[in-house]
Parts: sequence; structure tokens; C-alpha cells
Amino acid sequence: MEAPAVAPAPEALPKVRTDLLPLLLVPLLALAAAPLVGSFPTWVTLTVAGIAMGLIIFIIASGLTLVFGLMDVLNFGHGVFIALGAFLATTVLGGMADWTASQSLAANLAAIFAAMAVAMAVAGAVGMAFERVIIRPVYGQHLKQILITMGGMIVGEELIKVIWGPQAIPLPLPAALRGAILIGDAAVEKYRIVAVVIGLAVFAAIFWVLSRTKAGLLIRAGVQDREMVEALGYRIRRLFVGVFVAGSALAGLGGVMWGLYQQSVIPQIGAQVNILIFIVIIIGGLGSAGGSFVGALLVGLLANYAGFLAPKVALFSNILLMVLVLLWRPQGLYPVAKR
Amino acid sequence: MSGALLALEGVHTHIGAYHILHGVHLTVPRGGLTVLLGRNGAGKTTTLRTIMGLWRASHGRVLFEGADIAARATPEVARLGIAYVPENMGVFSDLTVEENMALAARGARRAAEIDRARLEWIFGLFPALRKFWLHPAGLLSGGQKQMLAVARAIVEPRKLLIVDEPTKGLAPAIVQNMVSAFRELKRTETTILLVEQNFHFARALGDTVAVMDDGRVVHAGTMAALAGDEALQQRLLGLALAAHH
Ligand SMILES: Nc1ncnc2c1ncn2[C@@H]1O[C@H](COP(=O)(O)OP(=O)(O)O)[C@@H](O)[C@H]1O
Ligand SMILES: [Mg+2]
Repeated sequence: MEAPAVAPAPEALPKVRTDLLPLLLVPLLALAAAPLVGSFPTWVTLTVAGIAMGLIIFIIASGLTLVFGLMDVLNFGHGVFIALGAFLATTVLGGMADWTASQSLAANLAAIFAAMAVAMAVAGAVGMAFERVIIRPVYGQHLKQILITMGGMIVGEELIKVIWGPQAIPLPLPAALRGAILIGDAAVEKYRIVAVVIGLAVFAAIFWVLSRTKAGLLIRAGVQDREMVEALGYRIRRLFVGVFVAGSALAGLGGVMWGLYQQSVIPQIGAQVNILIFIVIIIGGLGSAGGSFVGALLVGLLANYAGFLAPKVALFSNILLMVLVLLWRPQGLYPVAKR
Repeated sequence: MSGALLALEGVHTHIGAYHILHGVHLTVPRGGLTVLLGRNGAGKTTTLRTIMGLWRASHGRVLFEGADIAARATPEVARLGIAYVPENMGVFSDLTVEENMALAARGARRAAEIDRARLEWIFGLFPALRKFWLHPAGLLSGGQKQMLAVARAIVEPRKLLIVDEPTKGLAPAIVQNMVSAFRELKRTETTILLVEQNFHFARALGDTVAVMDDGRVVHAGTMAALAGDEALQQRLLGLALAAHH
């Protein structure tokens, strides 16, 4: 095969332009909060807490935003998987009392990882059933989708009450992870450091999959143009089920981490976190995993700064953040280019 | 050429409540390039989308290699060996040129597994793609995106190539590049079904031609016969064509 001899038209090299502005908001927010908080050690404590919370929210929100991006499915039932993960953690960690009571960090972490593995497996399996029974019959019907996924959430919450009871269940941290360590003058809770490390690892794994694997490329392509992915010969339905199951498993993982962060679990935990994650995926740009990462960090940091500076408006602060972001970028920080 | 690779028989397509295709008959001979002409809104894109299973034919048959594929889902249609370049090009703008190509190559798990010789051949057809290989496709110009869209469709050998208006909005130099690329493709015996408004482009490449109007094929024959008959051109293509004379 030979190429025809045609002189290509003169072409300018387009500039590779990465939109870093939204990412910069994270350090900007942290810096802006510093003088308001006043004391540097307190600021460090709040910032680490905010990053830990943000990363946990990101783990939960990443699946939700991709599920929407791929199939226009808004799953208001996502919170069920969070609650499921958190309650499973109470059972698994309760059953491994010897391990969690041990002063050995390795034993503690092994118990936490066991809880995470169980939570992810069960949440993933329940997610698969949820997709088939609740989501699939209402594809493309937005109103029904909202109603039925909310219904699924309520049913899930009631089932959790049946299994674990309606009351709050304490979820104490394993022995070696209790308390804080001093970094300079700043007291940083040990568990928050663990949460940051795990959160960053999950973040790296998600981005590795999305940028380096064929399945990841297909997900990103499908978020943008589902039809074209099918016209290239890929079954987007299967891809979607995979993303839904992975997203549910991640929500289960996030539930474990959230429960440990709060050190107590209530059946309404799913509904509570739901509000935060919807704010996050709207701020980030529906369908954008990178956007939900930035959005989650902003929400986590702001929740902690506001909780310290003005506890009365703390709840309101994230809504305000969302409004401001949408005034700046109506499609969110990283709008997904749809066909 | 030996017989039809693709044949539509009395295909009707509804989009929602609208009846768009009213019994389309179309034959695409094996190994040749068939041009589908017709004014805006005639139903050309709808015909291509119906072949791809992106719209479902409500009546009639879509025969590919003799088998009726009218009821198949789009991925299955593609896997029969049909590549499709949609009117909007369908380029994934968040992905790099390389990643776009890697997805189009179903047999490759990553870009490095794309057949090297074939890639060099494609770079020969569209040199811009080599230059912008690692750039996000969204940064390409319209012409470069069109090149990428066609390149994706040929990254692996396919039996049938369906291309919707590849010259729409392109500068003359790029159109010339496209003509050369399609000439080269024709040499590889790929069967091509091309929707085209630019009659110069169509005439330069087409072996057979079908003209649509109002959801039907109103004329089918060889390109040579249509090119040599100005009265027929006038009647079929009317004023839309006059501009090109
Ligand atoms: N998604 C759609 N919904 C409703 N009508 C459509 C849609 N797509 C195309 N049509 C109508 O179908 C007819 C044929 O359109 P199309 O196949 O795109 O024509 P062509 O490609 O020949 O310009 C037009 O009248 C157009 O308005
Ligand atoms: Mg068209």
C-alpha cells in the first residue's frame, strides 16, 4: 500500500492546553482560609481533615458521576451503597475485635482492609442487582428514574434497619489508629492520615484505569458520545453495568471510610452523604471524574473550615459553593463535551 | 465487483412520530464506491443510521452479505465489518488522536498494538495525524478531525465503509486530500458507501450512484451515466448542482 503524493495543507500546531484553573481553587481555598482560622496548627488540622473528607467523598462520587455521564442515569439510590458499606464495617470490625483491639498497626489495618473488601464485594453485588431490577426498566425516563431510585434508597434504608436495627451503631477506630500525632504544633488525627493515603491510592487507581486501560478510554469516550462507541463495535450496556458495579463497590468502600471518620453509623448515613455527593458531581461537571475530584476536595475543605469558623452556616456553605461555581461555570468546573 | 455487499429492500424508518424513510431500495456493489446524493433533508443520514442500527427500520430488510441485519444492535452491525463515519465525525475530543485510533482498532488492547504497517499507510494518507498523534482530538481543526474520523474507520480492514459527508465545511486543499485518500482506499478493494453533497467530489470517486428525495431513492445507476447526462443531473439534483458547473 502506498500513500498518494498530496502536499498536506499548511497546519498550525495546536497548543496543548490543560485547564488547571479549577484545580487551583483547592490551594486557593486553603490559603484563603488560613488568615480566617488564625492559628496555623488549627489550620493544618482542619486542612488535613478536609482533604481526608474530600477524598472519601470523591471515592463515593466518582462512580455516580460516570454512571450519569455514560447513560444519563441519575441514581439517587447511590447512598444505599454507602450505608451498606458502613454497616458491614460495624459487623466485620465487630467480629474482628481481637484484631482491632490489638496495638499492632498491621493487625488494625488488616481488619480495616477486610472490612473494605467485604463492603466492596457486597455493595458491588447489590449494585449489580440494583442496576438490573431498578435502573434498567427506566432507562431514558428521567422522572421515573428519580422516583424509583429514591424509592430504592428508602427500601434499602429500611432493609438495613431490619438487619442492623434502627439505632446508631458505634464504629470505633482500631486501637493503634486512635488519637492524633503532632506535626509541629498541629494535632493530626491518625485515621485522617490513613484516609488520605487510601484516598490517594484509590484516586490513582481510578485515574490509571481511566487513562491507561481500554475500558477506561471507552468509559471516557462513552461519556462523550455513546452512539459512536457503539458504532465502533463496543457494547456500551456491558460497559455501563461494569461502571455501575464498580461505582457501587467504591461507594461501599467510601461508606466504610466515612463510618470510621464519624466513628458511628446510622441508617440515614446514605441520605446524608447523598446531598454532599450530588453537590460534588454538579460542581465538578456531570460525567467528569476529574471534576468530581476537585469538587470533592473543595467540599471537604470548606465543610471543615466552615464547621470551625461558623458552625451555624456550615451546612449552607457547600450549597453556596455550588451556586458560586455554577455562576462561574454553569456546566461545572470541567464540563463534559457532549455530542 | 461481484454482486451486492449491502442491499436495502423497501426500508421504512420512523423517528418518533415522523415517518422519514418511505421504502428505500439501495444496492451497494461489492468492491465499488457508491455515492448517495440528494438535497438536504432527503433522508441520506437517516438511511445510513438505519443501516448501522442507530435507528430501527420499521419495515423492510437490510441485507449484508445476504443476511438481514435490520434487527441487530449497532455494536453487532459494526462487528460484521462495517465502519461508520457519522456526519458529526464522532471524534472523542477529550481523548488524544492516538487514543481515538486505539479504540477504533478493536483488535488492539492499546495503541502500541495497532498494526504498524497499516498505521504508516494511514499517516501517508493523512500526515497531520502523525504530527498531532499525542494531542487531544478536540484541538484539531475541522479538516483534521475529519481525517481522524476516516482514519479510525480504516485502522483495521473492514468490509464496508460508510461515510456521511466527509467534505462538509472543508477547505479545498483538504477536500483534495480526501479525494486522494478515498482513491487510495478504492485501490484496496474496500466497499464504500459515501453520502456527498459536493458533486465534484462524488463524480471524481463514484462508481455507482443513488439519488434520494423525500425518503426514497429516486434514481440509481452508474456514475458515468449520470456524469454524462446534464439533463438528468438537472432533473435529479436541480439547482443545488448548478453552482458547481
Ligand atoms: N432526530 C430526528 N428527529 C426528527 N426528525 C428528524 C431527525 N433526524 C432527521 N429528521 C428528519 O428526517 C429527514 C431526513 O433527514 P436526514 O436523514 O438527516 O437528511 P439528509 O441527511 O439527507 O440531509 C429531515 O426532514 C429531518 O428533518
Ligand atoms: Mg445528512
